[in-house]
Amino acid sequence: MYAVRRWSVRRARLFERWYDIVEPALIACHPLWRMLGYARLERPFAFAERWVKGFLFDCQMCGDCVLSSTGMACPMNCPKQLRNGPCGGVRDDGNCEVLPGMRCVWVEAAEGAARMRDGLQKIRVVQAPVDSRLRGRSAWLRVAREHGKQRAQSPVTATTES
Amino acid sequence: MYFEDEPVPGYSLPMLPGHVSPGRLERVLRSGTFAVTTELSPPDSADPEEVYLRARVFDGYVDAINATDGSGANCHMSSVGVCALLTRIGYASVMQVSCRDRNRIAIQGDVLGAAAMGVANILCLTGDGVQAGDQPEAKPVFDLDSVSLLKTLCTMREDEHLLSGRALTSPPHVFLGAAANPFVPPLDFRVERLAKKIAAGAQFVQTQYCFDVPRLQAYMSQVADCGLLGEVFLLVGVGPLASAKAAEWIRANVPGVHIPDGIITRLRGAARQRQEGKRICIELIQQLREIPGVNGVHLMAYRQEEAVAEIIDASGVLDGRKPWFPGRDQPDQSSSVKKAAIAS
Repeated sequence: MYAVRRWSVRRARLFERWYDIVEPALIACHPLWRMLGYARLERPFAFAERWVKGFLFDCQMCGDCVLSSTGMACPMNCPKQLRNGPCGGVRDDGNCEVLPGMRCVWVEAAEGAARMRDGLQKIRVVQAPVDSRLRGRSAWLRVAREHGKQRAQSPVTATTES
Repeated sequence: MYFEDEPVPGYSLPMLPGHVSPGRLERVLRSGTFAVTTELSPPDSADPEEVYLRARVFDGYVDAINATDGSGANCHMSSVGVCALLTRIGYASVMQVSCRDRNRIAIQGDVLGAAAMGVANILCLTGDGVQAGDQPEAKPVFDLDSVSLLKTLCTMREDEHLLSGRALTSPPHVFLGAAANPFVPPLDFRVERLAKKIAAGAQFVQTQYCFDVPRLQAYMSQVADCGLLGEVFLLVGVGPLASAKAAEWIRANVPGVHIPDGIITRLRGAARQRQEGKRICIELIQQLREIPGVNGVHLMAYRQEEAVAEIIDASGVLDGRKPWFPGRDQPDQSSSVKKAAIAS
């Protein structure tokens, strides 16, 4: 929902803290997820993620979540799905060129990022093009698996990213 | 500007040390010369002569010609096609690549093909949304965005492989460009966006139409503050407005073009609005030239292409030099015949 999405961006700092707790917990549970079977968990996780993130951020389930790098404004809500910043068509009032009734996702993202711990630091990172094979899949589970695996291989150097 | 190693038209210039492309635009910019580029609107036609006719009006006034890629999401001859025709007779072209219509497989292939045909400059764009054009029912692709496109092409050129990791036997030697719009929100974030494009591989930038010099100056001081001056060649977009009415229409209907009230008032007050539009453009070019960090202008004279020569001439930015065009360095047949007739 548009109003909720904008509310969430205004509370980017809060969600950042929330992710700071939830993400390490998800990664720490890697052995449990592995025991239960990642394949079996995919559907319930994706279902939960679609509801939670869909409600809060209008998540489009790209499966390649970059919310924490875009000021908690989901870039997949941009009609051009831009993941690296605003296009040149933003209207003078800060609204989208394609959907004049919607505030530009990147105007929102810049404001959200300014509220976060590292400010514009993360938004400066060049994002790779989205992997379309991940569409509809759980980003949480993927992060847990990838970082969990990394941590199992090198317990000292593994750090979380998103 | 004369290059002694000017090749037979259709063949590339030798690549100088420290250059990434065998193109004329990179040479002009790296030599510190104030560059002039323009835009050719591709025809709705399969006739090559229509492309050449549109290019010829710029002869002697521009260093490179941009070929738009379905601008405004309207279908025209492809930028690959236009650039292939232009390079065939020696013109320096800037191939615009938009992410709207093609995915990463198609774009990488097109870039290899274009470079093989002598295209030395590529401008990486996101592209207008399909709703802006004459076929809004089309599927928007946007597999890449302008930044990831830049990164992709930079990888192809520097690391000599495709996104998949598959090696290229010969990389595309292209000078990479990006667009910038310093005139629209989020204003403070625009320099961040430029920095990101430079980080992704942009070497030159062509901006959206500039009608607001103070706003550009503010942007340029931000560019300087971020230490980006000299990191990229910046060509500022300019163009003549046909009338006050046209300016108002553009302001209301073309997203991304910012025209201050002062410009419209000045146009409305003029007896000959078309002439006034050109005069404003000439004055803008002269003002822009004085701004540190501005390396050239990109003159977009949509439907007024014949005015480009007049505007560039009057602005004096070429300082008497004559950019290359087909036939520039050949002895003029007709005048030598006349001279022979006078001598006898």
